[in-house]
Order: sequence, then C-alpha cells, then structure tokens
Amino acid sequence: MLLSRVLEEKLASLYRAGKIHGGVFVGRGQEAFSVAAGLHLRKGDVFAPSIRDMAGRLAFGEPVIDAVRTYLGSPLGPMRSRDGNVHRGRPQDGLLPMISHLGSMISVVNGVLFARRLRGITDVVGATCLGDGGTSTGAFHEGLNQAAVEKLPLVMLIANNRYAYSTPNDRQFACRSLLDKAVGYGIEGVEIDGTDLIACLQAVGGAVARAREGRGPQLVVANLLRLCGHGEHDDGSYIDSRVKAQHGRDCLKTSEDMLLQEGWMTAAGLEELRNEAVQQVETIVATVQREGAPDPFQHDWNAISSAHLHELHTEA
Amino acid sequence: MSITYLEAIREAQARALADDPRVFIYGEDVGKFGGAFKATKNLQEQFPGRVIDAPISEDAITGFAVGAAIEGLRPIVEMQFADFSTVAFNQIVNQAATLYWRTNVPCPLVVRLPFGGTSGSGPFHSQSLETIYAHYPGLVVMTPATVEDAYSMLLEAVAIDDPVIFCEHKLLYYHLKADKLPTEAMPVGKARLAREGRDMTIVAYSAMVHEALAAADELATEGWLIEVVDLRSVKPLDTDTVMASVARTGRLLCVGESWPWGGVTAEVVARVAAEGWGLLDAPPQRLNAKDTPVPYHPNLWAAHRPTARSVAQAARRLLCM
Repeated sequence: MLLSRVLEEKLASLYRAGKIHGGVFVGRGQEAFSVAAGLHLRKGDVFAPSIRDMAGRLAFGEPVIDAVRTYLGSPLGPMRSRDGNVHRGRPQDGLLPMISHLGSMISVVNGVLFARRLRGITDVVGATCLGDGGTSTGAFHEGLNQAAVEKLPLVMLIANNRYAYSTPNDRQFACRSLLDKAVGYGIEGVEIDGTDLIACLQAVGGAVARAREGRGPQLVVANLLRLCGHGEHDDGSYIDSRVKAQHGRDCLKTSEDMLLQEGWMTAAGLEELRNEAVQQVETIVATVQREGAPDPFQHDWNAISSAHLHELHTEA
Repeated sequence: MSITYLEAIREAQARALADDPRVFIYGEDVGKFGGAFKATKNLQEQFPGRVIDAPISEDAITGFAVGAAIEGLRPIVEMQFADFSTVAFNQIVNQAATLYWRTNVPCPLVVRLPFGGTSGSGPFHSQSLETIYAHYPGLVVMTPATVEDAYSMLLEAVAIDDPVIFCEHKLLYYHLKADKLPTEAMPVGKARLAREGRDMTIVAYSAMVHEALAAADELATEGWLIEVVDLRSVKPLDTDTVMASVARTGRLLCVGESWPWGGVTAEVVARVAAEGWGLLDAPPQRLNAKDTPVPYHPNLWAAHRPTARSVAQAARRLLCM
C-alpha cells in the first residue's frame, strides 16, 4: 500500500512536470482493497487489474520498474513503448494487460482458467477488478454469467468508488447494492468497507479460498471513495462533500493508525518504511529516465507474428 | 465420393481436434446439436470436453478464446452468423488484434463467420464483414471460395499463431462440391488464377468467384476471354498476382459482396491505380452490393448483391471503355 502510494505520487509528479506521454491514473483510497487481491493470489494464479490497482499489481509481484517503464514509454518495458500506463501486463506470467473497454477482461480471465482446467491444472484462481461504472457494461454481464455457467474459479472484485469518471452511483445503477448482482448470476458474494484493511484481507481471502475450493465464481463489493479525480488531469471537483464525509476515509492512514494502535509498528518504523519506498522509486525512475526512447526507424511495424503473412504493401 | 464446402469445414475441424490436443471449439449450439449449420455435427461425441456450448454472449465467447489462446490453446470460435460477431467486435479488434503488437504474446484463435447472403435471410443474417475486419491491423482475414480451400485454409488458420477471421460463405455450404479433400494446398496469402484470359481481369473472392466465373462463361460466348483471380484471403492481399494479371489484360473489375463504401474492392482498385496505372487501358472498376441493408425478399436480394448477370454487364461496359 505504502509503496503503491509513493510510486503513484512520483508518477503524478512526473505527469505535472510534463515527463509522461499520456495520462496518469492512480488508486488513492483504493489500496487496501487492491492489495488484498495481490496478497491472496499466488504465483501461477491469474490477475487482471483495473486502472486503480497499482497496489494489487505490486503485491502480485509486478516489478516497480514495469510500471515506471510503461508510464515513461521505455522500449525496455513490457509493452516496448507500444502501450502505456495502466494497460501494461505480462500475459505469459498471469498478469493480463487491460484494455480500456470496461468489463472486457472478465471473459479473458475465464478463458485462461478454462485452459488451465482443460490441461488438468487445478488449484488456480483468477481475479479481476472493476469499478462501479464497469458493472453497467454488457461485457460484465456476459463475463460473469459465463464464469457462473462454467463454474470457473473467478474472483470478481468491485471497488464501488462512488464515481465512474464523474458519474455518481445514482446515474450508474438502480439496484440497492452491487452485491445484488451476485444473486442475478447465481454466485456467492460479500460486501465490505473497502477502507478497512483487515476487512479487505478477510473478505478477499475468503473469496479466493472459496474459488480455489471449487465453489465457483465469487463477488466482492468494497465500499470506498476514490480520493482523487479520474486521472491526474481531473481535479474531482464534482465529488459531493456528503459522499466524502460518508466514505472518504484514507485506507492508508487508517491502516497506519491501526498498526500504531496495536503496537505492531512505531511511528519511526513507518517513517523508515516510507523513506525506503521513496528511495526505491527514485532510483528506479532515475534508471528508466536514462533508457532512452524507441526509434521508429528500427521498430518492427508488423502487427501479426506470422512473418509469411505480413502485408508487404504497407504504403501505396 | 463427393464432399461439400460445409463438410470440408467440419472435416478440417475434426482433423485439427484429432491432431492437436490444444484445439477446442466454443460457440452457441455447437455441441450435441452440431451447430446451426451442422458444421460441428458429431464432433462433441468424438472429442468430449473440447466442443463446448456457450451461453449467448458473443463478446464473452471471444474474450474466452483470447484468454485460452494466451495460455497456448488454439480455440476455434463459431459465430452462429457473421452478423452476430458485431457484438464481439470489441473483443476481436481491441483484444485479439492488439495482443501480439502490445505484448509480443501471440493470439492463435480462429473466429469462424458464416457470412454472406442467402435467399430470404434478410438484414441480420446476410452481412459480409470481411471488409471491416480486414481494416484492422493484427487480424488475418480468409475468404475461401472452394471446397478445397475451405478445408486447407481452415487447417492453416488453426496452425498459425495469429487471430484469423475465417469467412465461410453460407451460400456455398451445401451446393459447392468437390471429389475429395486436398492433400496439398496453396498457402494462405497467395491469390489463385481461377480462369485464364486475355481481355480483362475480374478479381473476386468467396461466393463472388463463382459469379465471376459464370459471367466469364457468358462473355466467352461473345468472344471475350476473361481472366478471373480468386483472392482467397483478403488480408493479406496478394497484390502481385492481381498486378500480374492486369499486366496481361489491361483491364480490371473487382467484385465483392460487401457494401461499396471503402472496402476490399476499393483497396484492390486503389493499389492497381497507384502502382499499375501504366498497365491499364481503361479506368479500373468495381462492383459491390447496393449501399443498403441486405433485403429479405428473394427478388430484392438477387438485385442487391452482384450476380453473374450484373458482373457480366459491368464487364461489358468496361470492355467498351
């Protein structure tokens, strides 16, 4: 959580300095729920994060340098300068690279899980994340229904962060709670306070365990608030003060307070952890900034892998 | 022995399933029912667990195939009608078509599209979408016109590491027959000279090859020798074979069943005009369906799509230019 927050603060600062080619989207306020997913998944599981899941990515094992290289467009990054920011991933390692079309990753995770099952590999879980806005899409319905029909070990994590870009919940869905979706698809679901780290760890852990046991798809809805705009270009001025009062606790702050209250950490220890995170991020950013830019003249401009089918005719 | 275009597609799938345990078929009603056109008949019995009925969810069906392809399997997706693939458009063009470019991980899947018009099938069961998919980088678009190509190209589609949009024409399913399945085949990406000629080149693909050949027969009785090139795949498009034919005949008519605005025929004409201007004795022409949704009544439908008669008429006009 802390490393994620520090890394995203650095990326936001690089954005403001004009050092990033596209947008920056951070997960401020959603780290507890996200990190719970990354911590409960194992190597060999599948994770398809959404845009606010830096914390989950890092906990799942994504190297910090992958994030920095992708944001800065380094040719050495996993997307080789071809795609940026939150769209990064390493599909061969179970970290699926998201596309912007919300809900689209659900059925892709289903396909990976089905392939594992067909190969006789069991004991695998696939998790994917969405916000409240993503639940309005057809892809969400089709994907969850498909997982339910195939009884796949899918864990669907929904961060209800109250706003889909600027659109509030009451313009997004008309059901009482997003937990009602679980009933519609015939799957198990739980709803939690997404600003409470312990609640997140327990609920996501339970869902992952049930999926691993073969109890089919699991839905977890976390209530929280995105403590920032949609991206760094957006000041979030549309966020209602009443919503802020009800859901706007900072999960990182509440987690740190808990560590201090329980006596598991000292203030000095927390300060040291933060300094280590800052040092790690600064070193990696400095490294990536020296890596240079892609050369369009040296670039392989073929979109398919079958060399014998490359269109020779690229320019008339 | 005689084998139809549809049976060739079924045989290719049976062979792919038998030869490679990574292959599976996923789609609506493909299991016990054997598919809306029976292209997967008996395959579920022969390959239990690998021919799977999907819920009605073209988007999720295709996303599922992408996930399985990432894992190294080789899914074959059957869209019940090509028209329904528009629901899966996002997964095809944004997910499958971009995966290799973005991540260097190949995406070996085949999406079978039963496409093209048949009598009485109307606006939502007749569309020709090869043009749309060919427009997107990252996809291979195959349009077999013969029983032999339907078989060999489907096997090649399963074998290659990229997403293939396999456009199989519904009108050819039952009527087109061959004596036997091929043991050797022209590779995908190469166009075929379907008929040699001297006076004009007609470039066509899929069902339009047969309309072009019939038109060429008709024109032969009038003394014209028409060369017919079957593109076989529209992406990649074999410009060399087209250009070589135009160099022999000096005239080009390109025929497609999809709509006239842009598209495969426009691409062929543009390439020949740009690179083969000096080879042409007359302006290159093209013939497509009318620019309306596909009509229901057989009389309207027959007038909507190019037929041997309208191809011959267009050819006559071009021969006099």
